[in-house]
Amino acid sequence: MSVSLLDVQVKRRGKAILGPINLDLGATGFTIVLGPNGAGKTTLLKVLHGVERVSGGTVHWSVSDTEARQAQAYVFQSPIMLRRSVRENLAYPLRLLKLDKADIAMRVTDWAQRIGLGDALDRPAPRLSGGERQKLALGRALIRNPKVLFLDEPCANLDGRSTREIEALLLDAHTAGTRIIMTTHDLGQARRLASDVVFMLNGGLHEQGPASDFFVAAQTAEAQAFLNGDIV
Amino acid sequence: MNDIWAGIQAAFELIITFDADLVEITLRSLQVSLSALVIASAIALPIGTWLAIRRFRYRRATIATLNALMGLPPVVVGLIVYLLLSRSGPFGVMGLLFTPTAMIIAQVIIITPLIASITHQAMRELWAEYHDLLISLNTSNRQRILTLIWDGRRALLTAALAGFGRAIGEVGAIMIVGGNIDHATRVLTTAIALETGKGDFALALGLGFVLIALALLVNFAIHALSRTEREGRW
Repeated sequence: MSVSLLDVQVKRRGKAILGPINLDLGATGFTIVLGPNGAGKTTLLKVLHGVERVSGGTVHWSVSDTEARQAQAYVFQSPIMLRRSVRENLAYPLRLLKLDKADIAMRVTDWAQRIGLGDALDRPAPRLSGGERQKLALGRALIRNPKVLFLDEPCANLDGRSTREIEALLLDAHTAGTRIIMTTHDLGQARRLASDVVFMLNGGLHEQGPASDFFVAAQTAEAQAFLNGDIV
Repeated sequence: MNDIWAGIQAAFELIITFDADLVEITLRSLQVSLSALVIASAIALPIGTWLAIRRFRYRRATIATLNALMGLPPVVVGLIVYLLLSRSGPFGVMGLLFTPTAMIIAQVIIITPLIASITHQAMRELWAEYHDLLISLNTSNRQRILTLIWDGRRALLTAALAGFGRAIGEVGAIMIVGGNIDHATRVLTTAIALETGKGDFALALGLGFVLIALALLVNFAIHALSRTEREGRW
């Protein structure tokens, strides 16, 4: 499903923290949202996910709002672990949908294997390591087979190996048809994953385009500077 | 000191001989306070949790009131329940005055705000932790409350035990609505009040020690059943 934002604006205490912004995102692709801190990347993701109150403009998904929400998943920068076992954490989103118990158990075992926590099903999730937690959060997001997956800097604070494992899972999901929208500060990661790029600056959309064009020849001076590692 | 020694002796004798009256009174104390605890928890846990997750206009006032109600004087509660249940009161026809049911009603009123308030404090913290995830997963209010209650059950145990402690040691309200009738509504605390009034300090102290032992026993039993402090922080 695709989405278009029309003059979307988010204000907090009279101060505009996002927009007004116009943006179209297609039904497929791996979009990386780039930009310095405070550019509004997280707010944009939350607006798209429908959990941020919008002060103006409209967010229009190609399907109804409830349908859109059901088909989305969100992975937070610092993974939120339910105070339960790994198994229960994975099962939780499926339980909410009141799926059949046998079906839930099967999918949980399957996903535990995929995220490399097959042997840790009965361990308390809050006691996992940072990398394991983020993988569990990702597994928990993907277990509903979302059509759209949002990730807010999923690999911040992770080492190389964990980052590689997460990226492999993301590419698998992308291949399987999940549309991914992700923020990152890691330009190397952006280059490895992106099919297209949204570059944000000061709460606005500054530049948007296919990854092949953006990384080779960014249109705006600010984007070029950002890619060169200058502070914008 | 003599009185205390005599009290310990009396308690010892009562327990060893398995005194029929003592057993009856103790069981009634347990029955009344545990019933009140179960009913109050069923009301207070969802309300406390609901208060933690909902933002509405008079939320702060509601929470302040709830906290104030924690200090509700039992005697006043007893008086009001008495008036409601007395023959001439609105619920007089039910004939509940001077029955264990009346005592349970009074204790529910006394401990519900206490349990709800402690629940609210504990759940606020957990909600801050879970907030983003549960919103993102599009959970209903009911699902949120159930998730928080289940995952915060250790903290809620503390709330329930505080409520039980207040109920089992409470004397003012149940004295008024129960009437301390032998073999009908006499419980440990009212018996202690009566024996003290009669000047039988040994027996009163004996009952007192039984009461303290009972409170300890229930606490240990609940902790053992729910295995707190064994599986770490959660």
